[in-house]
Amino acid sequence: MNKLPLPTRIFIVCIAAVTIAALAAFGDQTTLRFASRIAIMGLAAVAVDVVLGYAGLVSLGHAAFFGVGAYVTGALALAGHTEGLIVWPIAIGAATLAALVIGALALRTTGVYFIMITLAFAQMFYYSANAVPGLGGADGFRLPSRSTIGGIPLDNPRIFFLLCAFVLIAVLLFARRASFSAFGYTLQAARDDAIRSAASGIENYWLRLAAFTISGAIAGLAGVLSANLTLYIAPSSVLSWHLSAELLVMVILGMAGTLYGAVIGAAIFLALVEIISHYTDFWAMYVGIAVIARVLLIRDGLLVTLRRLVTA
Amino acid sequence: MSIAFLAEQSFNALQLGLMLFLMAVGVTLAFGTMRLINLAHGSFFMLAAYFYAWIIAETENGIVAWIGALAGLAVLAVVIERVIIRPLYLRDHLEQVLATFGLILVFNDFVMMIWGRDPVYVPLPDALSGHIMMGDIAYPTYRLVITAVAIISGLSIWYLIARTRTGGLIRASADNRPVVQALGANVDRLSAGVFALVAVLAGIAGIMTAPLIAVTSGMGDSVLIQSLVVVIIGGLGSIVGALVGALLVAFVEVFGRTYLPLALGSTSGFALANMAIYLLMAVTLIWRPFGMFGKPR
Repeated sequence: MNKLPLPTRIFIVCIAAVTIAALAAFGDQTTLRFASRIAIMGLAAVAVDVVLGYAGLVSLGHAAFFGVGAYVTGALALAGHTEGLIVWPIAIGAATLAALVIGALALRTTGVYFIMITLAFAQMFYYSANAVPGLGGADGFRLPSRSTIGGIPLDNPRIFFLLCAFVLIAVLLFARRASFSAFGYTLQAARDDAIRSAASGIENYWLRLAAFTISGAIAGLAGVLSANLTLYIAPSSVLSWHLSAELLVMVILGMAGTLYGAVIGAAIFLALVEIISHYTDFWAMYVGIAVIARVLLIRDGLLVTLRRLVTA
Repeated sequence: MSIAFLAEQSFNALQLGLMLFLMAVGVTLAFGTMRLINLAHGSFFMLAAYFYAWIIAETENGIVAWIGALAGLAVLAVVIERVIIRPLYLRDHLEQVLATFGLILVFNDFVMMIWGRDPVYVPLPDALSGHIMMGDIAYPTYRLVITAVAIISGLSIWYLIARTRTGGLIRASADNRPVVQALGANVDRLSAGVFALVAVLAGIAGIMTAPLIAVTSGMGDSVLIQSLVVVIIGGLGSIVGALVGALLVAFVEVFGRTYLPLALGSTSGFALANMAIYLLMAVTLIWRPFGMFGKPR
C-alpha cells in the first residue's frame, strides 16, 4: 500500500490527537464509554486487518481470541486476581496460544477452507464457554471489579479511555513498524504471489502463522480491555461468530491493509449501530442492508474513494 | 447399556446425519458449481420452518403448508440469487462472506419483526404423533417418517446429479464453468436452479426439524456451523464427502452426548461432548487438510 503524502499524514495525526485530547478533557461518562468502545473494537479490527490486509487471509474466527482474552480476565477477577500487570499477560498469553493452535491447523489450507475452519474452531470456544461450570454458562457473569495497573485502579472513565487510546496507538505504531520490516514485506510477498515467494525461499506457512499468532494476541488484548469496560461477559457477547463477522465488516468499511482504516471502520460501524438503534429495535436488519449495499454498490470501500480524491 | 438403547441412539444419529446431509450437500453444491460460500444457507433452514409454522397455523393442512413453504422459499431463493448472489460469483470470498452475513442479519430480524421474538411451536401431525414398535423399542413415528423423507430426498439428489443431463451440466460447470457456457448451456439459469434447489433442501430439513425444536430467530446459525464442519471433514465440493461427513459428525455428536458424561462425569463429559465434533474436525485436518474426499484448491 503506497503511503499518503506527508502533509495529509500530519493532518490525520493532528486530528486524531485533538480528538483524543478533547474527549479526555470534556467527554462525559457516556461519551467516554462509547469512545473507549470504539478504541477497543478498533483494536480488535486492527488485529483482523493484520491477517486480512497483510497476510491476505479471511479469518472468521477472531471472536475466539477476543473471547479468550475476556474470559481469562473475568475468571481471574472472580478468583480475586485483578492486578493487570499479572492478569493481562496471562490472558493475552492464553489468546496467543489459542491463535497459535488454531492457526497451525487452519493454515494448512487456504481460501474457503480457511474461512470455514477458523469459524468452526471459534464456535468450539463458544460452545465450551456455554458448558464451563462456574462461569454462568450461556447467561454469562459479572466481573466484581476492574483490573488495577500497578495498584492504580481504572475505575475513572477518563483514565480508562486514555489507557485504551494509548494501547491502540502503541499497537498501531508497532504494527505499522512491523509492516515496513523484512517480516512485513515478505508477508505481503506471500500474499501477492504464494508460489513465487515460496520459490524465493520464503516459508509462507511459518510467516503466516507468525502473523496469525500476533493478530490473535492483539485481539486477546482487545478482549481484556473489553471485559474491563463492560464488566460483563457472556458467550453471546464476546465469543459469538457474529462478532468475528462484524470485525471483518469494520475492516472493510474502512480499508483493508492500512491498519488505521480498521479503526475508522470500527468508529463508522459503532456509530451506525448507535444511531439506528435509537430509532428501531431491529437495527441489525439495517446494518445487514448497509453491508450488502457496501459490497454490491461501493466496491472499493469508503476510504479508498476518499483517498483517491486526496492523492489525485 | 442395553442393545435396545444402543439401537435407538444409532437411529437418532442416522436421522441427525441425514438432516445434516441435506444442509451440507447444499453448501457443497453451491461451492462446487458456483464457487460460492453462502453463510445465509442456515437462513433458508430457519425461513422454511417459519413459513411452515405460519401456513399450518392459518390452514391447518400439513400438505398445503409443506408445498407453500417450499414454493415460497424457492421463489425467494431465485430472487436473492438474481439480485445479490449472482454479482458475487466472480468476486473474492471475502465479499461473499460479508454479503451473505448481511443476509443473515436481515433475515434474523425479519422473522422477529413478522412473527415476534417468542419461539413458535409447531404441532406434530396427529397421524404421526404415536410410536412404532421396532422389536422391543417404541420409536416415535414422526422421527421414522422424517428419516424416510430425508433418505428419499438424498436419493433424488444423487439421481439428479449423477444420472440426468442437468446433473451432468452441474458437474461439468463445477469443473469448468466457461467451457460449459461456451458449449451453449445457460449457466446463469443453471446457477439460479442450483441455488433454488439447495435452498429447498435446507428448507426440507428445516420443516422436518421444526416440530422437534422451537422455531426461533437464529435457529439456522448453529445448523449452518454444523454443516460447515461436515463439509470441512468430508471435503468441499464432494457429495459423497457430505454424506460420510454428515453421518460421522452425527454419530460423534449423539454418542458423545450420551456416553461421554457417563464415562467422564457430567461436567467434563458434557464439556468434551460440546467439543467432540470440532476435535474430529481437527484430527481430519491433520490427516487430510482438504477433507476426506476433497481436492486442494
